[in-house]
Amino acid sequence: MTDNLHLLLPEFILASLAIVVFAVDLFVPASRKNLLGWLSIVGLLAIFAFTVPLLWGKNVELYGGLMRADAYALFFKGFFLLMGVAVILLSLGFVRKYLEHPGEYYGIILFSILGMNVMAASGELLTAYISLELLSFSLYILVSFALHNPKSNEAGIKYILIGAFSSAILLYGISLIYGVVHTTKFVDISAALTGAQGVSPALWIGLALVLVGLGFKLAAVPFHMWAPDVYEGAPLPVTAYLAVGSKAAAMALVLRLFSEAFLPAADQWRYIVAVLAAFTMVVGNVVAIAQKNLKRLLAYSSIGQVGYLLVGIAGLSTLSSNGIMLHMVGYAFTNLAAFGAIIAFYNVTGKDDVQDLSGMADRHPFVALAISAAFFSLAGLPFFAGFTTKFYLFASASKEGFIWLAGLAIFMSMVSLYYYLNVLKQMYITPAAEGEKSALKLSPLLVGTVAVLVLGTFWVGVYPQPLVNAVTAATRAILPIS
Amino acid sequence: MDGFKQYALFLTILLPFAGAMALIFFPREQKRAIRIFSAAVALVTGVISILVMALYNYGDGGFQMAKSIEWLSHPFNIAFAWGVDGLSAPMVLLTGIVFFTGVIVSWNIEHRPKDFFVLYFMMVSGVYGVFVATDLFFLFFFYELAVIPMYLLIGIWGSSTDFKTFIRTKEYGAMKLTLYLVAGSVLVWVGIFALFVVSSGAASPTFSIEGLRQLGVAGEFTTTFQHVIFPLFMIGFGVLAGLWPFHTWSPDGHVAAPTAVSMVHAGVLMKLGAYGVMRVGMTILPEGAHFWAPLLIGLGSVNVLYGAVSAMAQRDLKYVVGYSSVSHMGIVLIGLATLNSIGVAGAVLQMFSHGVMTALFFTIVGAVYDRAHIRDMTILNGLAKRMSMTTVFFVIVGLTSLGLPGLSGFVAELLVFIGVFRTYPALAILAVIAAAITAVYILRMLAMAFFGPPRDDDPHVTHLHDASPRELTAASILAGAIVFVGIYPAPFMHVINSGVKTLLTGMGVGS
Repeated sequence: MTDNLHLLLPEFILASLAIVVFAVDLFVPASRKNLLGWLSIVGLLAIFAFTVPLLWGKNVELYGGLMRADAYALFFKGFFLLMGVAVILLSLGFVRKYLEHPGEYYGIILFSILGMNVMAASGELLTAYISLELLSFSLYILVSFALHNPKSNEAGIKYILIGAFSSAILLYGISLIYGVVHTTKFVDISAALTGAQGVSPALWIGLALVLVGLGFKLAAVPFHMWAPDVYEGAPLPVTAYLAVGSKAAAMALVLRLFSEAFLPAADQWRYIVAVLAAFTMVVGNVVAIAQKNLKRLLAYSSIGQVGYLLVGIAGLSTLSSNGIMLHMVGYAFTNLAAFGAIIAFYNVTGKDDVQDLSGMADRHPFVALAISAAFFSLAGLPFFAGFTTKFYLFASASKEGFIWLAGLAIFMSMVSLYYYLNVLKQMYITPAAEGEKSALKLSPLLVGTVAVLVLGTFWVGVYPQPLVNAVTAATRAILPIS
Repeated sequence: MDGFKQYALFLTILLPFAGAMALIFFPREQKRAIRIFSAAVALVTGVISILVMALYNYGDGGFQMAKSIEWLSHPFNIAFAWGVDGLSAPMVLLTGIVFFTGVIVSWNIEHRPKDFFVLYFMMVSGVYGVFVATDLFFLFFFYELAVIPMYLLIGIWGSSTDFKTFIRTKEYGAMKLTLYLVAGSVLVWVGIFALFVVSSGAASPTFSIEGLRQLGVAGEFTTTFQHVIFPLFMIGFGVLAGLWPFHTWSPDGHVAAPTAVSMVHAGVLMKLGAYGVMRVGMTILPEGAHFWAPLLIGLGSVNVLYGAVSAMAQRDLKYVVGYSSVSHMGIVLIGLATLNSIGVAGAVLQMFSHGVMTALFFTIVGAVYDRAHIRDMTILNGLAKRMSMTTVFFVIVGLTSLGLPGLSGFVAELLVFIGVFRTYPALAILAVIAAAITAVYILRMLAMAFFGPPRDDDPHVTHLHDASPRELTAASILAGAIVFVGIYPAPFMHVINSGVKTLLTGMGVGS
């Protein structure tokens, strides 16, 4: 049973790293707290370098199926670790300027990454639930991290209440499923569903409740109400983290759950998920039009993006599973680039409304360029990740008979182009307000990070084949090859 | 030479794109260096375009100078593939001419010239991409790329129009144009998804246009499928071709755009739409094309008439040209919908002819507007006295527009009319009437703005002087192309006919 314990070493090391960060915090003088961020970055990179060779090519169950060490888990572990590096890089300046207790900030981020890594690796419902809670609790703290900002506190309260509520729903759903099929292991649930004629309706209710619970975590419509307020109230790097990290983690769980456990009952949920996806895309993108604050705008746009990902779940197949992961990677590069540029701007000016960006093309051409590139990518225009990944994702969903949903998704991308273009208009056409015409001096570190992220969106958009190979390997671990 | 032939087409995409990337690193203040660099890139690309047309061997026909690079694996099997045939070679040449003259005309842009040329080059790179891509995915990839920079190009460097009771702002024109075109491409996306659904189920999935056509020949695309999917391409691409009733972005957008952008947009981008209908819709879904041809020819006729009548009612010079584009694109659409060799060949030649012609129109209107800062014909009386060389060119292009023999418009329109006469004689009469209306609005414009007594009471016009040598050079290049095609269309017709023959044979129409 403990034969393969060493396969969990990355998780142990990550937890230790978090504790080390907490401990070192006690000895570092207040002016040198950025060291903790760098320590976390180096640690994460080291863990990445250790994890990849360790788990390469493995496909084993650990602890009787509680967790899995397979290509899918490896893909997401790598993804989360590198994303963590990016998020911390984007946080350094912001934390120094606006937040207290940097040690806790970085430590908690590390714990949340641990939660994500376990989520992607979990092979049964309760492990998934516990890791989800580890992630959620970390995020509750991070959201309310701006101690003296009432908005941040309000966001924290909202988030924890909704989070607790949705966890309860999720847990109730899990218990109903367990009550009917007497197992929480994904593969066993799948086996029970295969001959699911005359099964107790409690199973379907349980399945629906799990879907609702995860819908809250993903901020899918109609379970999205918390997202804009929380995104707006949270400190900016945390908003970026929420938009990219927590969404990707929840999606990683949803994808594995639906592929490994629920696929035999696909006929029961495909259309429900499709309707959910449709509403999520429409509401997210239409409401985003009216937003004047950048964080809220990106909150609604990220709701729209969840809708796109759900299109892939509705038309779940090996191909659309690839598409979901591909889109997620592209979306991570893109959104982190957008947030990075906005953080760089906010660190200097303390402003985050759309109209504050006016004259950006003259004040800092690179930031304007980076935001434009990111927004074009989000809108699905070519040369950027969005075009290629949306094409892959929606084409695969069309193949499963959801061409109407793919059409709607493309149409909503067009709607999103409208509000992205309005931001571009502020940056390139509207002149800067009086007294705000001077060129901006932004942190070179942030600008460099954003440049790398923008190059990443180019890479996914122009040369996706290596990434496609990686996600194909990941898909093979969770879905039978068709 | 063989190496050049293989990569010439790739260079037409790469040079403008790499040029744009290089320009990003130029210092903003070095305006002269930026302009010279831009002109050099445009010149080289233009020369390559001419060589592509010259080296195309119409005796052999088919796709030439082709190459294919694997891009995305099974089941998509997308390749970055390029090649030209008789349909695209003239379009490549057109793009080269308009691209280069557009840079010359934009020489005087003082406001952020660097940003302008970066975006302009991106757009041109996309345009070349569409014409030379032989893979459906990449054709669409570049199609969308060409649309991206439009919003900023019009929004930053464009001009608003004051209609006294209301103002059409440049932002409005820019947004309208962008959203219309993207809405059109939503339909194209869906069409491509539908093709993928079928082709990925076939034995050898493919995204190459020729491969998809073969699948159609093998019967993979059922008649019903073709009937349902063809309109997606017809309308989706048709929006960009100014297809009535989805044309309204065209006058507003072209009027709001700066001169060079109007030139490329009306001159070349609208051709992308017609080209898409032909290259994707008609090639891959011939049965659908046969089924919907009557509708396309009907809508095209409305285009011709509606555009001409609207142009007659305008006082703004640029709006006249904008509506005349709608009208002339109608002739292209009619020609395509005839589905006979004469009509389609006429349509392709009209694409070239109208491209050059409209570019010249916008060059001249831009030259007038740059000096007078108004475009109202009732104020611009008697320009001939003050801008004599400009007027000469305007007379040439005006006569081309109304179809004077000896100029390119005549050859193209004549072919289209003959083609229509063979299939729908009644419509041919209608189209000829529309051509007569063209004469009315062109002569009206000439009479009001250029001839007649010059006004001395309006400060806009009293001290106008002639267009600069640079603008006149651009105008001469464009006028030269018009006259060349008008007098000696044979080399063009050989190339175009070889492409049309392949297209129509593939569609099962004997020529």
